[in-house]
Amino acid sequence: MLAYSLRRLLISVPIFIASTFVVFLMAVLSGNPLNKFLAISPPPPPQTIEAERIRLHLDQPIFERYWNWLTGLFRGDFGPSTESTLDIGTEVINRYGVTLRLVFLAMLLALILAIVAGVVSAVKQYSGVDYTLTFVGFLFLAMPTFWFAILLKEAGINFNNAVGEQVLYTIGDSSVYVAGGAWDKVLDIAGHMILPTVSLALLSFAAWSRFQRAAMLEVLGSDYVRLARAKGLRRGQVMRKHALRTALIPLTTVTALDLGSIISGAVVTEKVFQWQGAGTFLLDAISRDDVYAIMAWLVISATVIIVLNLVADLLYGVLDPRIRYA
Amino acid sequence: MPDNSDLSSATTQTPEKRTRVEREFTVAERSQAQLVLRRFLQHKLAVGSLIVLILIVLLAFVGGWLWKYSVEDLTGSNSQPPSWEHPFGTDAIGHDSFAQVLRGTQISISIAVLVAVFATVIGTIWGAVAGFYRGWVDTVLMRIADLVLTLPLLAVAAVLAHNTSGSWWLIAVVIAGLYWAYVSRVARGVVLSLREKEFIEAARALGASDSRIIFRHLVPNALGSVIVNATVLVAIAILIETSLSFLGFGVTPPDTSLGLLVSQNQTAVSTRPWLFYFPGLFIILIALTINFIGDGLRDAFDPQQTKVRA
Repeated sequence: MLAYSLRRLLISVPIFIASTFVVFLMAVLSGNPLNKFLAISPPPPPQTIEAERIRLHLDQPIFERYWNWLTGLFRGDFGPSTESTLDIGTEVINRYGVTLRLVFLAMLLALILAIVAGVVSAVKQYSGVDYTLTFVGFLFLAMPTFWFAILLKEAGINFNNAVGEQVLYTIGDSSVYVAGGAWDKVLDIAGHMILPTVSLALLSFAAWSRFQRAAMLEVLGSDYVRLARAKGLRRGQVMRKHALRTALIPLTTVTALDLGSIISGAVVTEKVFQWQGAGTFLLDAISRDDVYAIMAWLVISATVIIVLNLVADLLYGVLDPRIRYA
Repeated sequence: MPDNSDLSSATTQTPEKRTRVEREFTVAERSQAQLVLRRFLQHKLAVGSLIVLILIVLLAFVGGWLWKYSVEDLTGSNSQPPSWEHPFGTDAIGHDSFAQVLRGTQISISIAVLVAVFATVIGTIWGAVAGFYRGWVDTVLMRIADLVLTLPLLAVAAVLAHNTSGSWWLIAVVIAGLYWAYVSRVARGVVLSLREKEFIEAARALGASDSRIIFRHLVPNALGSVIVNATVLVAIAILIETSLSFLGFGVTPPDTSLGLLVSQNQTAVSTRPWLFYFPGLFIILIALTINFIGDGLRDAFDPQQTKVRA
C-alpha cells in the first residue's frame, strides 16, 4: 500500500507542473491587463502605462514570466494584480475557504443522496420508485444550475415569508454582524449555506445516482453475489458487505473527476446567491483582465482537483485490493 | 455488435418481412442502418422526444422568422402577462418575450450543435489516433486530454470567452476547444476494444486489406458510440452555453440566448414570472429531449448493453 501511495504521489507532481503551464497560457491569452487604460479619457501619459507594464511583468519574455510566476508560487507570491492595492494571495485563499466549504458539503450531500437513490433504484428495479427516481435524475440532468438556483432562492424567500422569520438566507455567505456567541455564528453560516448547498448538490446527484444504479445492477447480477446468497447469508448482509462495497468503487473515480464541474457549478451558484467567494473573485478578475488573479484562481482549483484525485486513487486502493497489490 | 456484412448469408435474421425468397427460408436482408432505425423507432420515449425536439427547432428557426415581432421591436405594451397577442408576455420596456425566446433558442441550439460537431471531430480523431497507435503517442495524447479534464471547464471557458465579443460561433469554438477531451476518451476506448474483437481478426484471417478493415469494420462499428456521444454533447453544450451567457461571458446584447434571457430576468421571477420561466423551460425541454434521444440511440446501436444493464 505504501509503494502504491508513493507512486500515485509522484505521478501528481508532473501533472501539477503541466497544469500550471496550461493555466498560465490560458490566462495570458485571455486578455490584456493594460486594457483598463483604454477606457480612460484623456489617456494617461505613456510613462504611466510603461510603469504599469513593468509592474505587471508584461515586458518580460513569456517563458521568463512563466518561470518567475511558478517559482513565486512556491514562495507564496501569486504575482501583481491590476488593482495595486489587492494582495492576490490572501484574498484568493480567503475566498476559496468560503467556496470549498460549499463545494465539499454539496459533494457530501450529493454522494449520500446518489448512493441511496442508486441502490434503491437497482434493488427495486422497474418498480414505481425506480421509475420516479429515474425521471427525477433525467430532469435534474437537463436543468441548468442557475435556473434551479434562482427557483430555490425564490422558494426560500416564500418560505421565510410563510414562517414570518428569516430562517433561510438568500443573499451572501454570512451576515456582516451576528449578535451572540460562536453558536449563533455557526447557525448564521448554516442558514446561509442551506439553499446554495442543496442547489449545487442536486445537479451532481442526478448523474451520480444514474451511475450508482448501473454499478449496483452490474454487481447484483454477478456470480459472487449469487454465491453469497446461496451460502445462506442474509440478504441485507450480502447487499451491504458484498454488493455495495464493490459498487462504490466506480463512483469514487467519477466523483473525483466531476470535482471540476462542481467548482464550475459553485461559480454559478455563488453568483445567484451573491456570495463573496472564489467564484465572484474569478468573475471580477476576468472582467478587469487581471491576469495574475485569474492564474491564482485557476492554479488553486487545479491543485484542489489534483489532490482530490490523489485521495480518490488512494481510496480506490483501500476499496479494491486488486489495485493495491497489482 | 459485430458487422455481419461478410457473413450476412450465414447469420440468422428475424424472418418477419417476406420480400425475397431464398430456397425454403424466407429471410429479408436488412442493412445495419435499417436495423438501428427499427430499434430506435421501438423506443417510444426517444421517438416522442425526437418529435418534440423537431417541433422546437421548427418553432425557433421557422416560427421566429414568421412571427410578427422581432427581438428589437418595442411593442408599446410593457410588462404584459401572456395573452394571444403576446404568448409569452412582454418585458419592462415592451419587447415581445416570445420573439426573444425564439431568437434565444435559435442561438443556443446553433452554438450547441456547432460545439458537438467541432468537439466530436477533434475528439474522435484525437482518441482514435491514440488508440490506434498506442505506445508513446497514446501516452502523450491522453495525458494532454486528462490535463484538460482536470480543469473546471466552465470557469476556463469564461476566461477564454471573455474577449470573443459575444460572437456566437467563437463561443462555440471556445467550448468545443475544451470539451473535445471527453470525446477523445470515449473514442480511444472504442478503438482499443474494437481492434481486439474477433470479427476484426476473422476479417484479417479471411485476407481483408487494412483499408477494408478500417472502412467496413472499424468505422461503422465505432460510429454508434460517436453518434450517441455527439448527441449527449449537444445537451451538455446547451447547458454550458446558457451558463456562460448567464455569467455574462457568452452571448451578449443586442443578441440573446436562453441563458442571457434568464440572467436578465432573474429578478422578475416573482413579479413577472413569465419572463423567467419560459426561457428556462425551453432549456430544460431541449436538454431533456436530447438526453432521451441519446438514450434511445444508445439502445438502438448497442442492444446488448440494454440486456446486461437494463
